[in-house]
Amino acid sequence: MKDILHELEDRRRNARLGGGQKRLDAQHAKGKLTARERLELLLDEGSFEEYDMFVAHRCTDFGMEQNRPYGDGVVTGWGTINGRMVYVFSQDFTVLGGSVSATHAQKICKIMDMAVQNGAPVIGLNDSGGARIQEGVDSLAGYGEVFQRNIEASGVVPQISVIMGPCAGGAVYSPAMTDFIFMVKDSSYMFVTGPDVVKTVTNEVVTAEELGGAITHTRKSSVADGAFENDVEALAEVRRLVDFLPLNNRDAPPVRPFFDEVDRVEASLDTIIPENPNLPYDMKELILKVADEADFYEIQEEFAKNIITGFIRLEGQTVGVVANQPMVLAGCLDIDSSRKAARFVRFCDAFEIPLLTFVDVPGFLPGTGQEYGGVIKHGAKLLFAYGEATVPKVTVITRKAYGGAYDVMASKHLRADVNYAWPTAQIAVMGAKGAAEIIHRADLADPEKIQKHADAYEDRFANPFIAAERGFIDEVIQPRSTRRRVSRAFAMLRKKKRSMPWKKHDNIPL
Amino acid sequence: MFDKILIANRGEIACRVMKTAQRMGIKTVAIYSDADKHALHAEMADEKIHIGPPPAKQSYIVIDKVMQAIRDSGAQAVHPGYGFLSENPKFAQALEDAGVAFIGPPKGAIEAMGDKITSKKLAKEAGVNTVPGYMGLIEDAEEAVKISAEIGYPVMIKASAGGGGKGMRIAWNDEEAREGFQSSKNEAASSFGDDRIFIEKFVTQPRHIEIQVLCDAHGNGIYLNERECSIQRRNQKVVEEAPSPFLDPETRKAMGEQAVALAKAVGYTSAGTVEFIVDGDKNFFFLEMNTRLQVEHPVTELITGVDLVEQMIRVANGEALSITQDDIGINGWAIENRLYAEDPYRNFLPSIGRLTRYRPPEEGPMGGGVVRNDTGVFEGGEISMYYDPMIAKLCTWAPSRGEAIETMRTALDAFEVEGIGHNLPFLSAVMDHPRFVSGEITTAFIAEEYPEGFHGVELETDALRRVAAACVAMNRVAEIRRSRISGCLDNHERKVGEDWVVALQGHDFPVTVKADREGSTVRFEDGTELRVQGDWTPGDSLARLTVGDAPLVLKVDKITQGFRIRTRGADMKVHVRSPRQAELAALMPEKLPPDTSKMLLCPMPGLVVTLAVAEGDEVQEGQALCTVEAMKMENILRAERSGKVSKINAGPGDSLAVDDVIMEFE
Repeated sequence: MKDILHELEDRRRNARLGGGQKRLDAQHAKGKLTARERLELLLDEGSFEEYDMFVAHRCTDFGMEQNRPYGDGVVTGWGTINGRMVYVFSQDFTVLGGSVSATHAQKICKIMDMAVQNGAPVIGLNDSGGARIQEGVDSLAGYGEVFQRNIEASGVVPQISVIMGPCAGGAVYSPAMTDFIFMVKDSSYMFVTGPDVVKTVTNEVVTAEELGGAITHTRKSSVADGAFENDVEALAEVRRLVDFLPLNNRDAPPVRPFFDEVDRVEASLDTIIPENPNLPYDMKELILKVADEADFYEIQEEFAKNIITGFIRLEGQTVGVVANQPMVLAGCLDIDSSRKAARFVRFCDAFEIPLLTFVDVPGFLPGTGQEYGGVIKHGAKLLFAYGEATVPKVTVITRKAYGGAYDVMASKHLRADVNYAWPTAQIAVMGAKGAAEIIHRADLADPEKIQKHADAYEDRFANPFIAAERGFIDEVIQPRSTRRRVSRAFAMLRKKKRSMPWKKHDNIPL
Repeated sequence: MFDKILIANRGEIACRVMKTAQRMGIKTVAIYSDADKHALHAEMADEKIHIGPPPAKQSYIVIDKVMQAIRDSGAQAVHPGYGFLSENPKFAQALEDAGVAFIGPPKGAIEAMGDKITSKKLAKEAGVNTVPGYMGLIEDAEEAVKISAEIGYPVMIKASAGGGGKGMRIAWNDEEAREGFQSSKNEAASSFGDDRIFIEKFVTQPRHIEIQVLCDAHGNGIYLNERECSIQRRNQKVVEEAPSPFLDPETRKAMGEQAVALAKAVGYTSAGTVEFIVDGDKNFFFLEMNTRLQVEHPVTELITGVDLVEQMIRVANGEALSITQDDIGINGWAIENRLYAEDPYRNFLPSIGRLTRYRPPEEGPMGGGVVRNDTGVFEGGEISMYYDPMIAKLCTWAPSRGEAIETMRTALDAFEVEGIGHNLPFLSAVMDHPRFVSGEITTAFIAEEYPEGFHGVELETDALRRVAAACVAMNRVAEIRRSRISGCLDNHERKVGEDWVVALQGHDFPVTVKADREGSTVRFEDGTELRVQGDWTPGDSLARLTVGDAPLVLKVDKITQGFRIRTRGADMKVHVRSPRQAELAALMPEKLPPDTSKMLLCPMPGLVVTLAVAEGDEVQEGQALCTVEAMKMENILRAERSGKVSKINAGPGDSLAVDDVIMEFE
């Protein structure tokens, strides 16, 4: 009997060794941790429950039957992050290069099915050479099964991908359909076709890092939501993100004890808006001063910096923040910022995370680049996302809210619940000078007259009170009391229920 | 007494004067430029009068505008503060003509002391020690030796036309004087085409020590001890103290009496300062007289209990001094640290912008001492480029110098300033510097001790252990809170461990932390323990703790797996990890920061206006590369050395953050 128990231990030890000590050392030499070490860092100490440890592939072609390592290149199971359940898979590059076989995919599918059934997030740690070529279509079928599960799980449980090594070809499409993608700088890359194919087809010479490294995907392509210095930091930050997220679409966002005063007054916010309306200020200061403990988890920090997206807590509860950033492109909306914010808003709505919007938007960015790029449809994504979101929505206009962009940024007309404005708010169709030039076209030749008209327009509209007269603004508030006002608004909305007309699904302008 | 006075100044000194005036029941009038519309001094005054655009040349120092403000407000007297119009005889004259009292000395005294040569002459006549020297032409080496011997060695032999150390020799004996004269003469001839030479006493181990005097219009004059201001950076005073750790009562008395004699000789009234240079043998020589309230006057107030501004106002009102020399004693020790909006890590480059956080330590008792902070800024205010970068004067008082320094260390640690670069870490470093602590300082202190500039502080092991213990205790609180999140799997909650490894400044400390109701006990590998107590909770940017038996104040920011901690001039990332996390973290490659020596980094947040070069261009040292607009000012960025532009990362219209790479060189 004891021998049998011993044998189990032996088998386990064997499985845990992955591709063997030599390959584990090679992984370390590359500055990467092994699949199991990564799970140790991601999950609470000792909380990992591994499944399918002894799964091995069934391929018999090309001599594969001679090499059937335990686990088949992926470690799967569940564990906890600060006591909350998550399902995980971690690809093991030391075992057959982490390549995806039918059985490898099957292991991932198993925990994804459990995640959807039991209502907990899925976190995938990707480090794989790609499809197991020896398996041919079986491998592709495996990918397909994972894809279908990504789609079905979307909006049911949060899905997070961490790219910690290669992720190329069809493999990229599983992370692509998850809610968040994080990458590790210098040791991960993602692309559909690699540098060699690129060179053959388009004659472009490009390194893997340039083509699909963390910098590329966080700054240029916006495929990734964030990048971290190394495996340790990346996994610690994923833990931090999970602390903000609900476990599934039926659970409320998490609440945790907080050490901050709900009615904390920030007198310095009274001076954040510069005297000169054309000077920028840092919207992040407002976000940090409103948030509990100045704790802000930014999403897509490096992309479309003219809009800020991320999570904060108010009274210990998660709130999604969208804010125009006057420091970049004057905070205007454009293709990139609309797409970025729209996706974030839809995530929050899918998982019942209330939305806080800070508005300082001079309008949409003009130009052929924008129009040819389809700013009409991309801009409409954000409009659509805000309009369909049924979560509590609170909006604060700090300064400019001009034109169509005013409507887009969680205005009253898109069923925002509470719309506040600072006394410095200007809600108008456009800036005063432009407006004067259109209304008083006859006086165009006379700059003095135009200036006079502009001043008159500014007197009339460069304030929040016209909108407040109409009830589009519920209340004009002092900047210093923003935290208290916003917190109370969300407290008031805790039991909000609102539903849209029945439909199979909407048709957001993709 | 006056009903209303106008303060012809801004910033902390305007606020300082108003404080006293308001205490005396006198109404105050502030003047302000466009840039100071919401400044503290303008908010604090009973009345405020706009005086023009931001540059001082168009506002604060335009006599006509100030006079107009005086007329408009009906102020009966004017306090000029320091700088601006404070030592401008024309302004004093204008006030006299208008029949408005000047809270300062008479015009004649300002004029007499305003000229270096005249003031030296007057000082000599008044019996004040001046640096001995021979100003006439010196014929030959033998005459040079004779003169040198008369002055007394060491002497400095200088080229009349000299500068930058050229044609300058120090001689300690006849032989050196002979040689020095000849070589100086030759060097002067070849460098300046002018071989005239003069000789003066060389002051060894020079200290800057000044005497505060106070005189009324009734012939009374007293001195209020000295202030030592030897800690200077490029002639800018940084740290001052009173009394000086160097003077003995005899020297103090001699200096004080000479200072009063000089003041009386020029018919001085009001508060004034006679600056001396003092050598290693306590010989002192007159430098100049400042005919105004000095920046560093608070240290004198703290040890004498005299409100100098009140005295100035009373004297201006024609009152006789109510205090005599016998009333002036030395009570304890006071130190002033000047907080400048200058980034010590960027060679003290002035820093401007919004004060996103400004929380000075509370004024009043702290530990065994007292804290005073004279300031002219507030959280949410703007540090503008138009005025002096000094934003606060932090002073501490305690019965002894050691205690005053200790109180200052804690006060500096508790001073929160964010949004701009500032010299707090540098001040902390000076307060911990053994040479400063010993009092063995000279005006060369900063140049000698920080020849390569300031690059932060490496703490001693004991200090690191204290910080490590504090961080483990704080991290424990933060991690336990994280585990108290809603939605946990019942009965499978996370248990926060007791064993941690703290990594900071290249050291790893494996520790065990045990907590009870009053605090945490942190046990190190060698068995020693440190007790940590305090009420820090996550999110607090300042941790006021007691570690061991001593207070420890930390500025705390959360980073991944730990904290960024600033204390005692050190700015460090402190990682607190479980033993296993630490083991795995040790496997991570160390990433060296990119070599920025071949890059042009954006020095301030701003907008690219133009690029003056293109990729592939050869550039010369000093050549303009691009223009960045910040705060409505166009800043031309120039090449630090010759090279070839390999890559340009920004274009006109791009907004950049600090340290964004604008272009790269081969």
